[in-house]
Amino acid sequence: MVDRVPPVLIVACPDGPLLVRGEVEVRTPDGRALPQRRRTVALCRCGKSTIKPYCDGTHKIIGFRTEPETPED
Amino acid sequence: MPALLLDDDAVLQRPMVLPVARGPVSAEVLALLRGGRGHDLQPLVEAALAAVADVLRDDDLQLALFCLYEVHYGGFAGVPDDLEWSPVLSAARLRIERDVEAVLRAAVRLPPRPEPTAAAVAEALFAITSAESGPSLARHLARSATLEQLREFLVQRSVYTLKEADPHSWAIPRLSGRAKAALVEIQSDEYGGGRPGRIHSAIFAGTMRSLGLDDAAGAYVDLVPAVVLTSLNTMSLFGLNRRLRGAVVGHLAAFEMTSAVPNRFYGNAFRRLGFGEETTWYFDEHVEADAVHEQIAARDLAGGLVAAEPELLDDVLFGAAVSLLVDGWPGEHMLQRWAAGESSLRAPLPEEAARG
Repeated sequence: MVDRVPPVLIVACPDGPLLVRGEVEVRTPDGRALPQRRRTVALCRCGKSTIKPYCDGTHKIIGFRTEPETPED
Repeated sequence: MPALLLDDDAVLQRPMVLPVARGPVSAEVLALLRGGRGHDLQPLVEAALAAVADVLRDDDLQLALFCLYEVHYGGFAGVPDDLEWSPVLSAARLRIERDVEAVLRAAVRLPPRPEPTAAAVAEALFAITSAESGPSLARHLARSATLEQLREFLVQRSVYTLKEADPHSWAIPRLSGRAKAALVEIQSDEYGGGRPGRIHSAIFAGTMRSLGLDDAAGAYVDLVPAVVLTSLNTMSLFGLNRRLRGAVVGHLAAFEMTSAVPNRFYGNAFRRLGFGEETTWYFDEHVEADAVHEQIAARDLAGGLVAAEPELLDDVLFGAAVSLLVDGWPGEHMLQRWAAGESSLRAPLPEEAARG
């Protein structure tokens, strides 16, 4: 069995960031590329990171909780 | 991103100078490394272990262990490479390790055992690492540390950080599948993702140089207390023993999960005293990197390992608990000494000593 590996994969971490693996560019609205310093990045989704759009672990301090994300079968 | 381009030579690490003995066992280990016969090592180890009050805080035994491990890392200048597998040295290491591991197992309390699934293991690890009392050393540094204290902090950190990530790399060939891919993903980032100037230990060396400190491997080993050696030795113990692969994985997970937030404070501490990017790059890098690493380490590395080898669950929790205990001791030591108006180092830094 060959598992299809998508070129970009986003893992929704419970109570945490979106982990992004693969070739992807994050840009400002006017099209300028934001610095990307590593192959796998974590995007903030608690809204309180000091280095947005990236995660800095602040979600743990503020007790950020996500609703369970239900996989489609 | 700081526009710092380091050439290959600037990030090379060379074998370290032999440290100064702190008692009979480390003296005999050092004599052996210098080419002596070492007939007395085993009885000296037995006597020291029988007499020691706390092997985890004993200068002589922890320095001896540090030297016994260093022959597996970058090694010592002038010491033949084949001593790495000296039967006498290996026997001494294994004997000290046996007692260290037993004391560690008695010292930590394991959290309630989660289900052996990746998600449950990750949740359990996030729970125990967030129950930490908080980064009090980091807060002190950010709010009120003096320049001397920040320099001491870098000196204390340098013993591990100049070989950052190396102890956990021993685990790579001992894992497979999801856990292996996760560990390599983390370590590749630690080692600069193919760019030598971005190896984390090399970035830290730049931080040291920016405060006028010597970035040579082992330059300050003689100045640090036993607990700093214990922190590194514990990682080496877990990393160099295949049977402890669960513990080294749990250790790395807890280490990453307690790193991003303190590093933000560390960066602020140096900014408060006017230092620029060449100093703070290391800490700023870790705010972003470790927020990524902790997710990978909890879910894919620790969670993936337990899902594949459920019998390793207790050792994963053990390794995490040990990191939370032992890796906090150097910070406690610094805060205690500074609160008493003293230096946290065993002797003054060379230039301070010269100044009198």
